[in-house]
Amino acid sequence: MEKFEVYSGIAVPLRRSSVDTDQIIPAVFLKRITKTGYDDALFSAWRSDPEFVLNKLEYAQGSVLFAGPDFGTGSSREHAVWALRDYGFKAVFSSKFADIFLGNAGKQGLVTGVISDSETEAIWQLLETNPGLEAKVDLVAREVTVGDLTVKFEIDEYTRWRLLEGLDDIGLTLRDEQSITDFEARREPWRPKTLPAKGA
Amino acid sequence: MSQKPLTLAEKVWNDHLVVKGEDGAPDLLYIDLHLVHEVTSPQAFDGLRLAGRPVRRPDLTIATEDHNTPTLDIDKPIADLTSRTQIHALRDNAKEFGVRIHSLGDIEQGIVHVVGPQLGLTMPGLTVVCGDSHTSTHGAFGALAFGIGTSEVEHVLATQTLPLKPFKTMAINVEGTLRPGVTSKDIILAIIAKIGASGGQGYVLEYRGSAIRALSMEARMTICNMSIEAGARAGMVAPDETTFAYLKGRPHAPEGENWDAAVEYWKTLQTDEGAKFDVEVFLDADHLDPFVTWGTNPGQGVSLLDSVPNPDTFDDPNERAAAQRALEYMDLTAGTPMKSIKVDTVFLGSCTNSRIEDLRAAASVLKGRKKADHIRMLVVPGSARVRIEAEAEGLDQVFKEFGAEWRFAGCSMCLGMNPDQLAPGERAASTSNRNFEGRQGKGGRTHLVSPLVAAATAIRGTLSSPADLEG
Repeated sequence: MEKFEVYSGIAVPLRRSSVDTDQIIPAVFLKRITKTGYDDALFSAWRSDPEFVLNKLEYAQGSVLFAGPDFGTGSSREHAVWALRDYGFKAVFSSKFADIFLGNAGKQGLVTGVISDSETEAIWQLLETNPGLEAKVDLVAREVTVGDLTVKFEIDEYTRWRLLEGLDDIGLTLRDEQSITDFEARREPWRPKTLPAKGA
Repeated sequence: MSQKPLTLAEKVWNDHLVVKGEDGAPDLLYIDLHLVHEVTSPQAFDGLRLAGRPVRRPDLTIATEDHNTPTLDIDKPIADLTSRTQIHALRDNAKEFGVRIHSLGDIEQGIVHVVGPQLGLTMPGLTVVCGDSHTSTHGAFGALAFGIGTSEVEHVLATQTLPLKPFKTMAINVEGTLRPGVTSKDIILAIIAKIGASGGQGYVLEYRGSAIRALSMEARMTICNMSIEAGARAGMVAPDETTFAYLKGRPHAPEGENWDAAVEYWKTLQTDEGAKFDVEVFLDADHLDPFVTWGTNPGQGVSLLDSVPNPDTFDDPNERAAAQRALEYMDLTAGTPMKSIKVDTVFLGSCTNSRIEDLRAAASVLKGRKKADHIRMLVVPGSARVRIEAEAEGLDQVFKEFGAEWRFAGCSMCLGMNPDQLAPGERAASTSNRNFEGRQGKGGRTHLVSPLVAAATAIRGTLSSPADLEG
């Protein structure tokens, strides 16, 4: 995973709440077996509407998303994060994210910053009157700046550390492999095993 | 005995601690059971291959094909090429990494959350994960069960553990006795409407109270299944005699001494007296009506006796905007009685409501009746076993004589990854779990309902409960 410190890119106002992962990427796109190439799938249903924000020239190259509350609810599909990433998004801001989405984003290096609803509204208004403005995302300072507006954002401290360091989770866990082996030796015999297979 | 009183969720968490996280680092939790399906696993197996890692515990892992599988002509090659490729990728991965798999046509194939409990693999006190948000289903046994993303699937395959931050706990107290025609689906739809589609975010829910105790295991699974629709990662019910009776004798249930040791431990899996939940919620079961959704998130639900709400009555501006948008998408007008809403399709199935009791409940309403002329009804059992059991009881005949389509097992129209989809503008009463825009097919409109409401709706052609059929 690449290290993330400071990033600047075009900001996109997504004036919607409860953007569930079925909206971020509909199920028909989940049949692929690759981990990349989902840029065409992002917000696929909404993108058929010419008025949709990403269809406007000023935002088409967007890479920092400002959305309403409850972003990423519903299905656990990590494809939602892959689609945002493949389209070019590096960071998403909302007043509230769904838990599984947050976890998935952190694994893929997508920054998820929590800001308040009133800050989101102020940024939406700024972007709607000045389309094409850049947002500067500073993970070190936990600040996002759009035009002359700078707001602090929240992000889980451990996730932030991993993103700053670009660390891979499995590698981190395997440093504790001896503890895992010790734990396995203590497991009770009644706990189920899938092998050998037993049928009814 | 001076130990701090603990909730059920905290006990299961503590019993799986491999490493206690320090300085803000997450805890490392051991995973007892890892369920795998074709959609969220190919990239995880690919990751293992790239890193040269094996599956650490194939004997704690099981795969089934469900999301993509057709529910017709299952003896023929899957017509959709991308679906076929994905299914074959799972078969190849299972073979290469030594993972047990139940493929289309196998007697144990079915929706992953139906198969686990049916085989007796889901038990109290386990940690259960799957790359699927409805893994919360397994919490009905008093397991800590939750959905994970594909990176986490890879993590569990490689290490049999997950780094996790502790959840907060929420008690959902449901006291009283359900009236006839009211089911566990109505309980959970009412709970989600009460706390909101994100009200459970960050929490493990524990369903408690006399109304929950009175439910069968399958009914408890319906409730826990939809915990995620309230935003919660997991939902749990403390194990009791109902749980033990369900498990006893299942293929993978412990036997002999192991059974006794297990039951002894399982009996300790109760929230201690004096344990503190972060939040408590109360629901009165005595006066609950059948519940249905009117909008595009599962929290947008009302009593079937009610009307489509007016968005102006919502205080929160985000909720108001969401309600306005939902009514537009659903093509509904505020004030319309729910019972006057005409539907085109009825879907009985999904990991929420496709078990034998769900099929029996619907069949008991449909028996000897005919469907409304304009209705298309799909009945999709949750597993091959459920299908066989239903056929042994003659339920398939009831459905067919009624005019419904009797299909093979899978996720089907719940998410429309296979050919079972709604057409644009088509309206469904669905026993599934999500009414999101386009969930059941692009432009499709979904009302979430119980199996009883689904059946009555198929007869009358408008959203209805069995009570509407009398007289």
